[in-house]
Amino acid sequence: MAKIIGGITTSHIPAIGIAMDKGLEDTPYWKDFFAAYPPIREWLGEQKPDIAIVFYNDHGLEMFLDKKPTFALGCAPRYENADEGWGIATIPPVTGETDLSWHIANELIEHDFDPTICQDIKVDHGLTVPLSLMYPGRNYQHLKVIPVCINCERFPMPKPSRCYALGQAIGRAVESFAGDQKVVVLGTGGLSHQLDGERAGFINTDFDLESMDKLVNDPEALTKYSNDDLVEIAGAQAVELNMWLAMRGTMLGGVKEIHRNYVAPISNTGAGTQLLLNE
Amino acid sequence: MTKQDKGTWGTIKFDGPLATRGYALNKMCYSFNDAEAREEFKKDEAAYCDKFGLTPEQKEAVIKRDILGLERLGGSIYYLAKFAGLLGLNVQDVGGIQTGRTTEEFKAYLESQGRGKDNG
Repeated sequence: MAKIIGGITTSHIPAIGIAMDKGLEDTPYWKDFFAAYPPIREWLGEQKPDIAIVFYNDHGLEMFLDKKPTFALGCAPRYENADEGWGIATIPPVTGETDLSWHIANELIEHDFDPTICQDIKVDHGLTVPLSLMYPGRNYQHLKVIPVCINCERFPMPKPSRCYALGQAIGRAVESFAGDQKVVVLGTGGLSHQLDGERAGFINTDFDLESMDKLVNDPEALTKYSNDDLVEIAGAQAVELNMWLAMRGTMLGGVKEIHRNYVAPISNTGAGTQLLLNE
Repeated sequence: MTKQDKGTWGTIKFDGPLATRGYALNKMCYSFNDAEAREEFKKDEAAYCDKFGLTPEQKEAVIKRDILGLERLGGSIYYLAKFAGLLGLNVQDVGGIQTGRTTEEFKAYLESQGRGKDNG
Protein backbone atom coordinates (compact mmCIF):
# COMPACT_ATOMS: atom_id res chain seq x y z
CA MET A 1 0.00 0.00 0.00
CA ALA A 2 0.99 3.60 -0.49
CA LYS A 3 2.13 5.28 2.70
CA ILE A 4 1.84 8.75 4.14
CA ILE A 5 5.32 9.45 5.49
CA GLY A 6 4.66 12.84 7.05
CA GLY A 7 2.69 16.05 7.16
CA ILE A 8 3.90 19.60 6.74
CA THR A 9 2.13 22.86 7.56
CA THR A 10 3.27 26.09 5.99
CA SER A 11 2.17 29.56 5.09
CA HIS A 12 1.52 30.21 1.41
CA ILE A 13 1.34 34.00 1.24
CA PRO A 14 2.49 35.67 -1.98
CA ALA A 15 4.99 37.87 -0.13
CA ILE A 16 7.09 34.73 0.51
CA GLY A 17 7.34 33.97 -3.19
CA ILE A 18 8.23 37.58 -3.92
CA ALA A 19 10.89 37.55 -1.15
CA MET A 20 12.43 34.39 -2.63
CA ASP A 21 12.48 35.93 -6.11
CA LYS A 22 14.24 38.99 -4.73
CA GLY A 23 16.72 36.96 -2.65
CA LEU A 24 15.58 38.50 0.65
CA GLU A 25 15.73 35.29 2.73
CA ASP A 26 18.58 36.48 4.94
CA THR A 27 17.33 40.02 5.56
CA PRO A 28 16.26 40.97 9.10
CA TYR A 29 12.58 40.91 8.22
CA TRP A 30 12.67 37.45 6.68
CA LYS A 31 15.49 35.43 8.26
CA ASP A 32 13.52 34.00 11.18
CA PHE A 33 10.76 32.92 8.82
CA PHE A 34 13.03 31.19 6.31
CA ALA A 35 14.97 29.52 9.15
CA ALA A 36 12.00 27.17 9.41
CA TYR A 37 12.68 25.46 6.12
CA PRO A 38 16.19 23.92 5.95
CA PRO A 39 15.29 21.07 8.38
CA ILE A 40 12.17 20.29 6.35
CA ARG A 41 14.09 20.35 3.07
CA GLU A 42 16.66 18.04 4.60
CA TRP A 43 13.93 15.63 5.67
CA LEU A 44 12.37 15.73 2.19
CA GLY A 45 15.79 15.12 0.68
CA GLU A 46 16.29 12.04 2.86
CA GLN A 47 12.79 10.62 2.52
CA LYS A 48 12.31 11.39 -1.18
CA PRO A 49 8.50 11.28 -1.31
CA ASP A 50 7.03 10.30 -4.68
CA ILE A 51 3.77 12.18 -4.28
CA ALA A 52 2.59 15.29 -2.41
CA ILE A 53 -1.05 15.86 -1.59
CA VAL A 54 -1.39 19.63 -1.18
CA PHE A 55 -4.39 21.18 0.53
CA TYR A 56 -4.71 24.79 -0.61
CA ASN A 57 -7.31 27.39 -1.47
CA ASP A 58 -7.58 29.13 -4.81
CA HIS A 59 -7.56 32.94 -4.47
CA GLY A 60 -9.17 33.75 -7.80
CA LEU A 61 -6.83 32.37 -10.42
CA GLU A 62 -8.81 29.32 -11.53
CA MET A 63 -11.89 29.26 -9.37
CA PHE A 64 -14.08 32.30 -9.73
CA LEU A 65 -17.48 32.73 -8.10
CA ASP A 66 -19.27 31.51 -11.23
CA LYS A 67 -18.46 27.86 -10.43
CA LYS A 68 -16.59 27.63 -7.20
CA PRO A 69 -16.14 24.15 -5.75
CA THR A 70 -16.49 23.59 -2.04
CA PHE A 71 -13.91 20.80 -2.36
CA ALA A 72 -11.95 20.13 -5.55
CA LEU A 73 -9.56 17.28 -6.32
CA GLY A 74 -7.00 17.46 -9.10
CA CYS A 75 -6.56 14.36 -11.27
CA ALA A 76 -4.40 15.90 -13.99
CA PRO A 77 -0.93 15.00 -15.32
CA ARG A 78 0.22 18.59 -14.91
CA TYR A 79 -0.85 21.96 -13.57
CA GLU A 80 0.04 25.36 -14.91
CA ASN A 81 0.53 28.49 -12.84
CA ALA A 82 -0.37 31.88 -14.38
CA ASP A 83 -0.48 35.64 -13.85
CA GLU A 84 -2.50 36.42 -10.71
CA GLY A 85 -2.68 40.10 -11.47
CA TRP A 86 -0.47 41.66 -8.82
CA GLY A 87 3.07 40.75 -9.56
CA ILE A 88 4.11 37.35 -8.23
CA ALA A 89 6.26 35.61 -10.83
CA THR A 90 4.66 32.72 -12.70
CA ILE A 91 6.49 29.47 -12.04
CA PRO A 92 7.06 26.43 -14.29
CA PRO A 93 4.37 23.74 -14.49
CA VAL A 94 3.77 21.44 -11.55
CA THR A 95 3.85 17.70 -12.27
CA GLY A 96 0.55 15.96 -11.53
CA GLU A 97 -0.47 12.40 -10.80
CA THR A 98 -3.30 10.35 -12.30
CA ASP A 99 -3.32 6.95 -10.56
CA LEU A 100 -3.55 7.63 -6.84
CA SER A 101 -5.62 10.74 -7.53
CA TRP A 102 -8.33 8.76 -9.36
CA HIS A 103 -8.22 6.16 -6.63
CA ILE A 104 -8.80 8.94 -4.10
CA ALA A 105 -11.69 10.25 -6.23
CA ASN A 106 -13.30 6.80 -6.28
CA GLU A 107 -12.79 6.24 -2.57
CA LEU A 108 -14.06 9.69 -1.57
CA ILE A 109 -17.29 9.28 -3.48
CA GLU A 110 -17.69 5.74 -2.18
CA HIS A 111 -17.41 7.19 1.33
CA ASP A 112 -19.86 10.05 0.78
CA PHE A 113 -17.55 12.92 -0.08
CA ASP A 114 -18.36 14.40 -3.48
CA PRO A 115 -15.56 16.70 -4.61
CA THR A 116 -15.40 18.46 -7.94
CA ILE A 117 -12.93 16.42 -9.98
CA CYS A 118 -10.58 18.52 -12.07
CA GLN A 119 -8.60 17.38 -15.10
CA ASP A 120 -7.39 20.83 -16.13
CA ILE A 121 -6.92 23.57 -13.57
CA LYS A 122 -4.39 26.31 -13.02
CA VAL A 123 -2.88 26.39 -9.52
CA ASP A 124 -2.17 29.65 -7.72
CA HIS A 125 0.19 30.84 -4.99
CA GLY A 126 -1.69 28.78 -2.42
CA LEU A 127 0.01 25.72 -3.91
CA THR A 128 3.04 27.12 -5.71
CA VAL A 129 4.55 29.10 -2.81
CA PRO A 130 4.71 26.01 -0.55
CA LEU A 131 6.29 23.96 -3.35
CA SER A 132 8.83 26.72 -3.96
CA LEU A 133 9.61 26.77 -0.23
CA MET A 134 10.11 23.00 -0.06
CA TYR A 135 12.21 22.82 -3.23
CA PRO A 136 14.15 26.08 -3.73
CA GLY A 137 15.29 26.89 -7.22
CA ARG A 138 11.98 25.48 -8.46
CA ASN A 139 13.34 21.93 -8.29
CA TYR A 140 9.94 20.40 -7.68
CA GLN A 141 9.09 18.80 -10.98
CA HIS A 142 10.19 15.30 -9.93
CA LEU A 143 7.44 15.33 -7.31
CA LYS A 144 3.94 14.32 -8.38
CA VAL A 145 1.40 16.67 -6.86
CA ILE A 146 -2.25 16.02 -6.09
CA PRO A 147 -3.97 19.37 -5.41
CA VAL A 148 -6.95 19.43 -3.09
CA CYS A 149 -8.64 22.82 -3.09
CA ILE A 150 -10.94 24.02 -0.29
CA ASN A 151 -13.23 27.06 -0.54
CA CYS A 152 -12.02 29.57 2.05
CA GLU A 153 -13.47 32.65 0.38
CA ARG A 154 -17.22 32.72 0.11
CA PHE A 155 -19.63 31.60 2.81
CA PRO A 156 -21.00 28.98 3.07
CA MET A 157 -17.66 27.20 3.25
CA PRO A 158 -16.94 23.71 4.54
CA LYS A 159 -16.80 23.36 8.29
CA PRO A 160 -13.53 22.59 10.09
CA SER A 161 -14.96 19.22 11.15
CA ARG A 162 -15.80 18.42 7.55
CA CYS A 163 -12.33 19.39 6.33
CA TYR A 164 -10.79 17.15 8.97
CA ALA A 165 -13.07 14.30 7.91
CA LEU A 166 -12.14 14.88 4.26
CA GLY A 167 -8.52 14.49 5.26
CA GLN A 168 -9.29 11.27 7.11
CA ALA A 169 -11.09 9.88 4.05
CA ILE A 170 -8.11 10.78 1.86
CA GLY A 171 -5.74 9.19 4.39
CA ARG A 172 -7.71 5.95 4.27
CA ALA A 173 -7.79 6.09 0.46
CA VAL A 174 -3.99 6.37 0.35
CA GLU A 175 -3.70 3.40 2.71
CA SER A 176 -5.88 1.29 0.44
CA PHE A 177 -3.94 2.10 -2.73
CA ALA A 178 -2.01 -0.83 -4.15
CA GLY A 179 1.42 0.66 -4.61
CA ASP A 180 4.56 1.45 -2.67
CA GLN A 181 4.55 5.21 -3.16
CA LYS A 182 5.68 7.49 -0.39
CA VAL A 183 3.26 10.37 0.10
CA VAL A 184 3.81 13.63 1.95
CA VAL A 185 0.83 15.85 2.77
CA LEU A 186 0.91 19.64 2.97
CA GLY A 187 -1.58 21.80 4.81
CA THR A 188 -1.06 25.36 3.60
CA GLY A 189 -2.10 28.89 4.52
CA GLY A 190 -2.96 30.53 7.81
CA LEU A 191 -2.61 31.22 10.47
CA SER A 192 -4.40 34.18 12.05
CA HIS A 193 -4.93 37.07 9.66
CA GLN A 194 -7.54 39.43 8.32
CA LEU A 195 -7.19 41.30 5.04
CA ASP A 196 -10.57 43.01 4.83
CA GLY A 197 -12.69 45.43 6.81
CA GLU A 198 -11.86 47.96 9.52
CA ARG A 199 -10.41 45.05 11.48
CA ALA A 200 -7.77 44.40 8.79
CA GLY A 201 -4.39 43.54 10.28
CA PHE A 202 -5.77 41.57 13.21
CA ILE A 203 -3.45 38.76 14.36
CA ASN A 204 -3.86 36.41 17.34
CA THR A 205 -0.53 34.79 18.18
CA ASP A 206 -1.91 33.00 21.25
CA PHE A 207 -4.50 31.30 19.09
CA ASP A 208 -1.89 30.37 16.49
CA LEU A 209 0.45 28.71 18.98
CA GLU A 210 -2.39 26.94 20.74
CA SER A 211 -3.69 25.69 17.37
CA MET A 212 -0.26 24.31 16.50
CA ASP A 213 -0.21 22.43 19.82
CA LYS A 214 -3.70 21.08 19.27
CA LEU A 215 -2.97 20.08 15.71
CA VAL A 216 -0.40 17.67 17.12
CA ASN A 217 -2.13 16.35 20.23
CA ASP A 218 -5.82 17.10 20.00
CA PRO A 219 -6.95 17.96 16.46
CA GLU A 220 -10.52 17.04 17.29
CA ALA A 221 -10.63 20.07 19.60
CA LEU A 222 -10.00 22.31 16.58
CA THR A 223 -12.89 20.68 14.71
CA LYS A 224 -15.25 22.08 17.36
CA TYR A 225 -14.80 25.57 15.96
CA SER A 226 -17.21 26.93 13.39
CA ASN A 227 -15.85 29.06 10.57
CA ASP A 228 -17.54 32.06 12.24
CA ASP A 229 -15.62 31.21 15.42
CA LEU A 230 -12.35 31.20 13.50
CA VAL A 231 -13.18 34.59 11.97
CA GLU A 232 -13.97 36.04 15.40
CA ILE A 233 -10.98 34.56 17.21
CA ALA A 234 -8.29 34.76 14.56
CA GLY A 235 -9.44 36.93 11.65
CA ALA A 236 -11.44 36.59 8.45
CA GLN A 237 -8.81 34.58 6.59
CA ALA A 238 -7.94 32.35 9.56
CA VAL A 239 -10.41 29.89 8.06
CA GLU A 240 -7.35 28.67 6.18
CA LEU A 241 -6.76 26.57 9.29
CA ASN A 242 -9.12 24.20 7.48
CA MET A 243 -6.29 23.14 5.17
CA TRP A 244 -4.13 22.31 8.18
CA LEU A 245 -6.95 20.26 9.67
CA ALA A 246 -7.42 18.37 6.40
CA MET A 247 -3.70 17.54 6.37
CA ARG A 248 -3.86 16.37 9.97
CA GLY A 249 -6.87 14.22 9.13
CA THR A 250 -4.89 12.26 6.53
CA MET A 251 -2.42 11.16 9.22
CA LEU A 252 -5.19 9.16 10.95
CA GLY A 253 -3.43 8.13 14.19
CA GLY A 254 -1.20 9.91 16.68
CA VAL A 255 1.63 12.11 15.46
CA LYS A 256 4.80 13.59 16.84
CA GLU A 257 6.10 17.03 16.00
CA ILE A 258 9.65 16.91 14.66
CA HIS A 259 10.04 20.58 13.88
CA ARG A 260 8.22 23.84 14.46
CA ASN A 261 8.63 27.50 13.71
CA TYR A 262 6.34 30.46 14.29
CA VAL A 263 6.88 34.07 13.30
CA ALA A 264 4.44 36.99 13.33
CA PRO A 265 3.88 39.21 11.55
CA ILE A 266 4.94 37.95 8.15
CA SER A 267 3.11 40.26 5.82
CA ASN A 268 -0.31 40.45 7.52
CA THR A 269 -0.22 36.97 9.04
CA GLY A 270 1.01 34.72 11.78
CA ALA A 271 3.24 32.27 9.90
CA GLY A 272 3.48 28.78 11.34
CA THR A 273 5.48 25.81 10.08
CA GLN A 274 5.40 22.24 11.37
CA LEU A 275 6.75 18.85 10.36
CA LEU A 276 4.68 15.98 11.74
CA LEU A 277 5.41 12.25 11.59
CA ASN A 278 3.17 9.35 12.51
CA GLU A 279 3.95 7.87 15.89
CA MET B 1 -18.64 50.60 11.66
CA THR B 2 -19.60 47.23 10.34
CA LYS B 3 -21.70 45.04 12.57
CA GLN B 4 -23.82 42.17 11.37
CA ASP B 5 -26.07 39.77 13.29
CA LYS B 6 -23.72 37.93 15.61
CA GLY B 7 -20.97 39.20 13.33
CA THR B 8 -17.47 40.25 14.12
CA TRP B 9 -16.70 43.93 14.44
CA GLY B 10 -15.02 45.46 11.40
CA THR B 11 -15.62 42.35 9.34
CA ILE B 12 -17.72 42.21 6.19
CA LYS B 13 -18.76 38.60 5.85
CA PHE B 14 -18.62 37.58 2.21
CA ASP B 15 -21.72 35.41 2.01
CA GLY B 16 -24.34 34.59 -0.59
CA PRO B 17 -26.31 37.86 -0.57
CA LEU B 18 -23.11 39.91 -0.71
CA ALA B 19 -21.69 37.67 -3.45
CA THR B 20 -24.90 38.26 -5.43
CA ARG B 21 -24.61 42.00 -4.96
CA GLY B 22 -20.95 42.06 -5.93
CA TYR B 23 -20.92 39.58 -8.79
CA ALA B 24 -20.25 42.05 -11.62
CA LEU B 25 -17.68 43.94 -9.54
CA ASN B 26 -15.86 40.73 -8.68
CA LYS B 27 -16.02 39.55 -12.26
CA MET B 28 -14.38 42.79 -13.36
CA CYS B 29 -11.62 42.43 -10.77
CA TYR B 30 -11.14 38.77 -11.69
CA SER B 31 -10.46 39.93 -15.25
CA PHE B 32 -7.37 41.74 -13.94
CA ASN B 33 -5.51 38.42 -13.99
CA ASP B 34 -5.04 39.32 -17.64
CA ALA B 35 -2.40 41.96 -18.43
CA GLU B 36 -4.33 43.31 -21.43
CA ALA B 37 -7.42 43.77 -19.28
CA ARG B 38 -5.39 45.74 -16.75
CA GLU B 39 -4.22 48.06 -19.51
CA GLU B 40 -7.72 48.46 -20.88
CA PHE B 41 -8.97 49.42 -17.42
CA LYS B 42 -6.22 51.98 -16.97
CA LYS B 43 -7.05 53.65 -20.28
CA ASP B 44 -10.70 54.30 -19.35
CA GLU B 45 -11.77 53.15 -15.90
CA ALA B 46 -15.39 54.22 -16.21
CA ALA B 47 -15.86 52.53 -19.55
CA TYR B 48 -14.32 49.35 -18.21
CA CYS B 49 -16.71 49.40 -15.23
CA ASP B 50 -19.63 49.88 -17.62
CA LYS B 51 -18.49 46.94 -19.71
CA PHE B 52 -19.01 44.68 -16.69
CA GLY B 53 -22.28 46.33 -15.62
CA LEU B 54 -21.21 47.77 -12.26
CA THR B 55 -23.80 49.80 -10.38
CA PRO B 56 -23.22 53.58 -10.14
CA GLU B 57 -22.23 53.13 -6.47
CA GLN B 58 -19.71 50.43 -7.29
CA LYS B 59 -18.30 52.47 -10.15
CA GLU B 60 -17.88 55.51 -7.92
CA ALA B 61 -16.14 53.42 -5.25
CA VAL B 62 -13.78 52.04 -7.89
CA ILE B 63 -12.89 55.53 -9.12
CA LYS B 64 -12.38 56.71 -5.51
CA ARG B 65 -10.32 53.61 -4.51
CA ASP B 66 -12.78 53.19 -1.65
CA ILE B 67 -11.81 49.66 -0.62
CA LEU B 68 -14.20 49.47 2.35
CA GLY B 69 -17.00 50.80 0.20
CA LEU B 70 -16.29 48.18 -2.44
CA GLU B 71 -16.40 45.45 0.21
CA ARG B 72 -19.78 46.67 1.43
CA LEU B 73 -21.00 46.69 -2.17
CA GLY B 74 -20.10 43.03 -2.52
CA GLY B 75 -16.43 43.04 -3.41
CA SER B 76 -14.46 39.99 -2.29
CA ILE B 77 -11.00 40.77 -0.97
CA TYR B 78 -9.57 38.04 -3.24
CA TYR B 79 -10.50 40.01 -6.36
CA LEU B 80 -10.14 43.44 -4.79
CA ALA B 81 -6.51 42.42 -4.16
CA LYS B 82 -6.10 42.22 -7.92
CA PHE B 83 -7.60 45.70 -8.27
CA ALA B 84 -5.24 46.97 -5.56
CA GLY B 85 -2.30 45.28 -7.26
CA LEU B 86 -3.15 47.02 -10.50
CA LEU B 87 -2.95 50.31 -8.59
CA GLY B 88 0.46 49.32 -7.21
CA LEU B 89 -0.85 48.75 -3.68
CA ASN B 90 0.17 45.79 -1.52
CA VAL B 91 -1.77 44.24 1.36
CA GLN B 92 -0.22 46.61 3.90
CA ASP B 93 -1.25 49.61 1.82
CA VAL B 94 -4.76 48.17 1.57
CA GLY B 95 -4.79 47.49 5.31
CA GLY B 96 -3.86 51.09 5.96
CA ILE B 97 -6.56 52.43 3.63
CA GLN B 98 -9.22 50.36 5.40
CA THR B 99 -8.14 51.20 8.92
CA GLY B 100 -7.41 54.89 8.49
CA ARG B 101 -3.68 54.42 8.94
CA THR B 102 -0.69 55.19 6.81
CA THR B 103 1.08 52.11 5.49
CA GLU B 104 3.84 52.66 8.05
CA GLU B 105 1.30 52.94 10.86
CA PHE B 106 -0.39 49.78 9.63
CA LYS B 107 2.92 47.91 9.61
CA ALA B 108 3.60 49.15 13.14
CA TYR B 109 0.17 47.82 14.18
CA LEU B 110 1.07 44.41 12.72
CA GLU B 111 4.41 44.43 14.53
CA SER B 112 2.72 45.41 17.80
CA GLN B 113 0.91 42.05 17.74
CA GLY B 114 3.98 40.11 16.69
CA ARG B 115 5.99 37.31 18.19
CA GLY B 116 8.98 35.16 17.32
CA LYS B 117 11.18 37.56 15.41
CA ASP B 118 14.75 38.44 16.30
CA ASN B 119 15.17 35.31 18.35
CA GLY B 120 18.38 34.42 16.57
